[in-house]
Amino acid sequence: MSDREETKLALRELFAGQRLAVLATREEGGQPYVNLMAFAVSDDLKSLLLVTSRSTRKYENLEADPRVALLIDNRAHEASDIHEAMAVTVLGDAEEIAGAERNRLLRIYLDKHPHLEAFASAPSCALFRVQVRSYYLVRRFQEVTELHVQR
Amino acid sequence: MTLVLPLHQIEPPYGSRVGGKCLALAEMERRGIPVPETLCISAEAYERYVSVTGLRERILLELSRKSFDDMRWEELWDASLRIRNIFLRTPIPGDLATVLSEALEARFRGQPVAVRSSAPGEDSDTVSFAGLHESFVNVTGIEDILERIRLVWASLWSDAALLYRRDLGLDVRNSTMAVVVQEMVIGDRSGVAFSRNPNDNSQAAIESVHGLNQGLVDGTVEPDQWIVDRATGEVVSHVSASRDQILVPEIEGVRLKPLPEEVALRPPLTSEEVKTVFDTVQRLEAVFGQPQDVEWTWGASGLVVLQSRPITTLTSEDPEDERRWYLSLRRSFDNLQSLREKIEGDLIPGMIKEANVLAAQTVDGLSDEELAAEIDRREEIYERWVDVYWDQFIPFAHGIRLFGQVYNDALHPDDPYAFMDLLAGTEMASLARNRALEKMATMIRDDAQLADALLDGLADDNPELDGAFMGQVNDFVHRFGDLSCAITGGARCDQTPDTLIKILLEMARHPPADVRRTPRDVEAMREEYLDQFEGEERAWAAELLDLARSSYQLRDDDNVYLGRIEAQVLAAVDEGRRRLKSRGVEGADAFSGEDVARALRDSDFVPDASSEEDAGDFMVRARQLVGQPAGPGVAQGPARIILSQADLKKFTHNEVLICDAVDPNMTFVVPLASAVVERRGGMLIHGAIIAREYGLPCVTGVPDATSLIRTGDLVTVDGYLGIVTLRERSEASADRSRTPQEAGSDEAGSDEAGFEEARTGGR
Repeated sequence: MSDREETKLALRELFAGQRLAVLATREEGGQPYVNLMAFAVSDDLKSLLLVTSRSTRKYENLEADPRVALLIDNRAHEASDIHEAMAVTVLGDAEEIAGAERNRLLRIYLDKHPHLEAFASAPSCALFRVQVRSYYLVRRFQEVTELHVQR
Repeated sequence: MTLVLPLHQIEPPYGSRVGGKCLALAEMERRGIPVPETLCISAEAYERYVSVTGLRERILLELSRKSFDDMRWEELWDASLRIRNIFLRTPIPGDLATVLSEALEARFRGQPVAVRSSAPGEDSDTVSFAGLHESFVNVTGIEDILERIRLVWASLWSDAALLYRRDLGLDVRNSTMAVVVQEMVIGDRSGVAFSRNPNDNSQAAIESVHGLNQGLVDGTVEPDQWIVDRATGEVVSHVSASRDQILVPEIEGVRLKPLPEEVALRPPLTSEEVKTVFDTVQRLEAVFGQPQDVEWTWGASGLVVLQSRPITTLTSEDPEDERRWYLSLRRSFDNLQSLREKIEGDLIPGMIKEANVLAAQTVDGLSDEELAAEIDRREEIYERWVDVYWDQFIPFAHGIRLFGQVYNDALHPDDPYAFMDLLAGTEMASLARNRALEKMATMIRDDAQLADALLDGLADDNPELDGAFMGQVNDFVHRFGDLSCAITGGARCDQTPDTLIKILLEMARHPPADVRRTPRDVEAMREEYLDQFEGEERAWAAELLDLARSSYQLRDDDNVYLGRIEAQVLAAVDEGRRRLKSRGVEGADAFSGEDVARALRDSDFVPDASSEEDAGDFMVRARQLVGQPAGPGVAQGPARIILSQADLKKFTHNEVLICDAVDPNMTFVVPLASAVVERRGGMLIHGAIIAREYGLPCVTGVPDATSLIRTGDLVTVDGYLGIVTLRERSEASADRSRTPQEAGSDEAGSDEAGFEEARTGGR
């Protein structure tokens, strides 16, 4: 298997086992701001999907500046995490999706989080697609692999 | 583990999977005691259903929105209703349905069955869940049986079952449910029997009715009772019942009918039959090694035992046992009808009389000692009515829930609260009042001179005010009372129509608010509902609707009646505080009624200071407050906290109304509001109902809404998700919301806020 395919496989396995991601946005004036979010990923690994209520800070931040970073990891809260845990940092741009595309992407999101249906379907909630630019995959403490999405 | 088990396959170690009821039936069958043909659907089936359909997470998400301890019973009821609707609308997945259908078909072949709960861990000698979960009798056809199985599963999440588990400290996440499906034995006599009389260990007790058991178990049909001496087997006493009703099976379900006279003349059991029942329960006690509570029926083939469970020693000996209270959350139609008569004919007039008698007794002239005694006496009277509120009014509110359940079962609506619109169709006085207000506001809107005159008139009595308009105002005050009396329950009223005029001027500055619903919708809904029933059932459905409407109106009114009595407690306490202050006692405004009475008697008495504010390095503030979604929509606006009558006067257009509880007397400001947030929770509270009428976003059950949010703060109310977001803290909010006088009363736990606490807290 090529390194590229191996990295993609590692990402898929990590995403399949994790339900929550840390989302970093930027507040007015540059203050970084992070949240724990339920996420889903598209089959091609090119997009991550997030849902938030429109009355949140992250929504305001995303509206003002679409650049985001996310962290998804499989730590077990043990000392061994340092060498055993895997973490991926995702960089990309978020955009709110409406219309028919929203319904298609919402299905992907709800396949992973069926119990969030009432939440995600509320008219006061927004669905965001993060177009991924790069993944930085960290394994065995300091081994870092980058995967860049070509557009 | 198998999904479906016949009794002969059930061994004692399976108890944790099939529940006590199945286990006991299996044991009886092994011993040759006649029991109905039975299949047990193990907890495995329930668990597969909630896993495959994703229901498990949906249920837990529903229940973990808020801390369980913060949820009032109305909120739990709402959560239960939503969960039950999820079960109603989620069919059993294909392969599981196939396994169950085939087993049921093979065993019962289209015969009618009873579907009963058998929750593992349900009954033991210290804990009884008897009656907390649902059971259904006389169900025919696989589709219907499968639906009843889902409803038995859903009853694991009924509010009564949830509250009881909370009291027992059981973790709801571990709850599971097995189901008993039994051949329907149509006995012509039925009953319950205790192998030991809970009141006297040397005796056994047998109760019996003509017809089916259900009527006896839910208290609708009065039974004959026999007390038997355990040592000799002799009948010690026999108390006859009036025997006027009988519960019989219908094509589907059961029905209460008048008992034919010739049957009514004789007791349900002959003395030999009493002996047979007695012998059987004694044998069951020996088999299970502890006293038994047995349900049985007597059919063509003789005595059949429907179930046997341990007598819960705790239940019979502990008068504080709350299970009985939780059981009262589920009332039968007949039970509610008689409660309605009692409430309308007896309790409400009694409360009004009590309040009037108290109001007529002035406290000014009393000595300090007498005043202290009067405060204690009034507190006691109030407490007595609070008990009545819990014991009678709250259970009566379940007329609404019974109706909701019947409505949802018949129509399976998307919106589990659709039935509320049918109840809200009852013309509420508050809506008629708001229409009258709108009419006056229109007069002002159309007449600039009148508006000016009113503005001037607020400063002083203005003789130039338009005669026709003032006629309307006087007529309004005559019909609906002076709005300034709102919230205080009539304890304190302004002498001028100031509040009314201020509100009218504010209404006139903006276009009129629309009431969303038209009466025609309600009529169509009523027809649609009634069309689900035929013949006698239809008449019953109409009666149930009438009952539910009465119950709904009482939800509107009961707090007001109780409030009038508490206003009289407060009048005495206020007089006491006034005297303490004039004596130079510091902080008397913050004393509870009890402390005021003590301080009046004992000049050295100083109550414990309440916990001190910690002025540390950290400041905490709320950002998102979670409550229950109670009216769809999203709105943003400045908050207006309503704690006292003075706050209502300040209400301006587009503000978010935030209060402890929307009193029916407060609803006149709702047309001005952009959203409603209420500390009390639930769909059945007045704020939610009125918000629905005006199509306003509404969130209820936000426990600290009135303390965490301040007037002037910019808030977003999300009525879809039940979330209130505090967006910007108004710079001026601290000053604007707390004039020195109000700040004082805030710290005292203002009368109104404390008042609400007293009547809705507890339990």
